[in-house]
Amino acid sequence: MDNLDGAFSALADPTRRAILARLATGEATVNELTEPFEMTQPAISQHLKVLEDAGLIVRRVEGTKRPRRLAKGGIEAMDQWLAMLRKALETNYDRLDEVLAGMEKHKKGKKR
Amino acid sequence: MSKMTLKIEGDTHVIVTRRFAAPPEAVYRAHTDPKLIQKWLLGPEGWTMPVCINEAKAGGKFRYEWTNGKGGGFHITGEYLELEPYNRIVHVERMYLPDPTPDNHIETRFEADGGGTLMTMRMTLPDGKTRAAMLATGMEHGMEASYVRLEGML
Repeated sequence: MDNLDGAFSALADPTRRAILARLATGEATVNELTEPFEMTQPAISQHLKVLEDAGLIVRRVEGTKRPRRLAKGGIEAMDQWLAMLRKALETNYDRLDEVLAGMEKHKKGKKR
Repeated sequence: MSKMTLKIEGDTHVIVTRRFAAPPEAVYRAHTDPKLIQKWLLGPEGWTMPVCINEAKAGGKFRYEWTNGKGGGFHITGEYLELEPYNRIVHVERMYLPDPTPDNHIETRFEADGGGTLMTMRMTLPDGKTRAAMLATGMEHGMEASYVRLEGML
């Protein structure tokens, strides 16, 4: 990502993260992107501009439509997110390891 | 040492596997006994689960509530479809943010693996869009942790 600061602040907003997640499933027009949110089209367009300036999405011209898709930076951001989800799950399972070790000790203690 | 795998399959599945150094019975119990669940199913550091209601039988309901102690929180509810002690759990769940997300259908298997257990969790979302949203939500949880870490470094 050549614009790391821009990308990081662009990702600080939950609506923009949701837009990125939607674009991870494929290209979409502004109308399609506006649909799942309780927001006006200009508000969504503003978010799209921030994502575009940060190098996370790109637009294409198709007649009167301007469909957006993930740019390379956006794909990298999604990969990083997946890594973070992985990390949150790993934290849970590391804790579960300790719980299981405690159960085993408890059982051995009872048998004695 | 990375014991966990997480991968995306087809348009609607997420598969997680993890090995544990305890027999399937113990791992199964840690997934169904509320007192044990509250000790580990917490996400990033600083989160707790003050409410853990869990009726571990076919048709039984559960409700987990999390809080970060700073006014942030969310909850999930779900129903058990099938329970085969100590091998398999099938349930559906949804998250309230605050509107309920579409149901996530989850099959969790516990297989004896040497002296331990291989757990395989297979999530099925209704469509690709829902899966993307779910991953984004999970990421948000992780993202918060990374922001907290970042704050600690500054």
